[in-house]
Amino acid sequence: MKFAGVLVMPAGFFLTIAALVLFSDPVRQAAFIICGLVVECLGLGVAVRGHMETKGGH
Amino acid sequence: MTPMQTAAVSQPMTDVLFVLALALLFLSPLAIAGVAFINAGLGRARSAAQALLGNLVIIAVTAIVFALVGASIAGTLGGAGVSFHMAGRAWNWLGCGSFFLGGLGSAPPQAQLLVLFEFMAVALAAMLPWGSGADRWRLVAGCAAAVVIAAVVFPFFAHWAWGGGWLAQLGVNFGLGAGFLDCGGAATVHVLGGLSALAVVWITGPRRGKFPKEGFSIALPGHNAAYVLFGCLLALVGWLAWNTAGAIILLHAPLASLPVTAINTLLSASAALAATFAITRVRFGKPDASLCANGWLAGLVASTAVAALVTPLQAFFVGLVVGIVTPLLVELCELALSIDDPSGAISVHCVGGLWGLFAAGVFVHGAGQLLAQLVGIATLLGLMLPVVYLLFWLLDRVLPFRVDPDGERMGMDLHELGGGAYPEFVIHRDESYR
Repeated sequence: MKFAGVLVMPAGFFLTIAALVLFSDPVRQAAFIICGLVVECLGLGVAVRGHMETKGGH
Repeated sequence: MTPMQTAAVSQPMTDVLFVLALALLFLSPLAIAGVAFINAGLGRARSAAQALLGNLVIIAVTAIVFALVGASIAGTLGGAGVSFHMAGRAWNWLGCGSFFLGGLGSAPPQAQLLVLFEFMAVALAAMLPWGSGADRWRLVAGCAAAVVIAAVVFPFFAHWAWGGGWLAQLGVNFGLGAGFLDCGGAATVHVLGGLSALAVVWITGPRRGKFPKEGFSIALPGHNAAYVLFGCLLALVGWLAWNTAGAIILLHAPLASLPVTAINTLLSASAALAATFAITRVRFGKPDASLCANGWLAGLVASTAVAALVTPLQAFFVGLVVGIVTPLLVELCELALSIDDPSGAISVHCVGGLWGLFAAGVFVHGAGQLLAQLVGIATLLGLMLPVVYLLFWLLDRVLPFRVDPDGERMGMDLHELGGGAYPEFVIHRDESYR
């Protein structure tokens, strides 16, 4: 589960890069960049949740 | 305030500024010393010597590896870089410095100063995870992780943010303000180091007995509050030097603006300490020394992103917010998220740095500046954290991070060094002997 979360995070990064490449309109850019950050936060949340389930794993 | 253009070697540096920046860089290791003291004090007595030796070894390892490999990846100001083209723009992603700092002596003074600045920065960035892995992270594995940070992780991001890479060029290429602003190392040092700390905590797991199967986590307080608070005082001197040196080298700040940068640094830390002091006083009935130290340090960390860019009132606000958030976050990490981070690097350096970078985007005038900062933050969270975690995870397969249970019971000093930091003291029996 931790790995799944970590692997989701780059998807958010590529969304932010896509925002720069695809749009010149600042509003659309901002929307895509914020979406990218939200995806990263979701990935981070899943990874943290995976860590919590094992109470640290040791 | 409007930021000056990110550094360009085309603007020659005056002799006065060069000498001042060099002198400030000689003082900046006090920030490293302060963090080392804080890390050692927040760990346990039976691991204190290993903690401090580890800090020293990490400084040495990162210096050698950065000189050997990292500096060529990070590149220099105005130096060559490798770019690819996408959407009609050049994406400079890799520096092309010489192997083992060849030709550095003939580089422009500002480029030489940046390399010295980077030596300090990579040492501090690699020390942050060491504090989070205290009491269970093997010294050899810590050094190997420092090699990874100094050879790969730090140089790439340093090139992108400081060496004219694609993040620094966001303003030129995409019209996003002055590009990603990281004039003191909030991103390149603190967030990167804090994210590495998170990866280490995920891999090593908590200290033995920290999170029992039933009930709440067990408090394992730091062994020496005096070390921690003395480290905070040392860190203040180091940070004042660090932030003003960064402003000169990376922002071309004129002499007249440097006192404000120093005042902003102090104000941010002071506001953070006042907020943490008040919060812990209200919550626990008495102020908590280690949380106050965390708040002070978080204020300094946040100031690295904003001190050279904002007004004193804005710096005060930045410190106040981080001072309120830090103690709550330390508690959240421990009680709710099962994250055992003895030094608090994740809350202090990672979150403090992220807040500072965001605040810089809010307070610095310029169309698109906030978006540039958000792109930098997205790169740290979405690219650097997964890369660091995967590299450390692979490293852990080869060179296990965590000490064996007997070593942890014995203490890292006796297990790894054969002698304790306090040989005349009796180390009390505790829960891990049960």
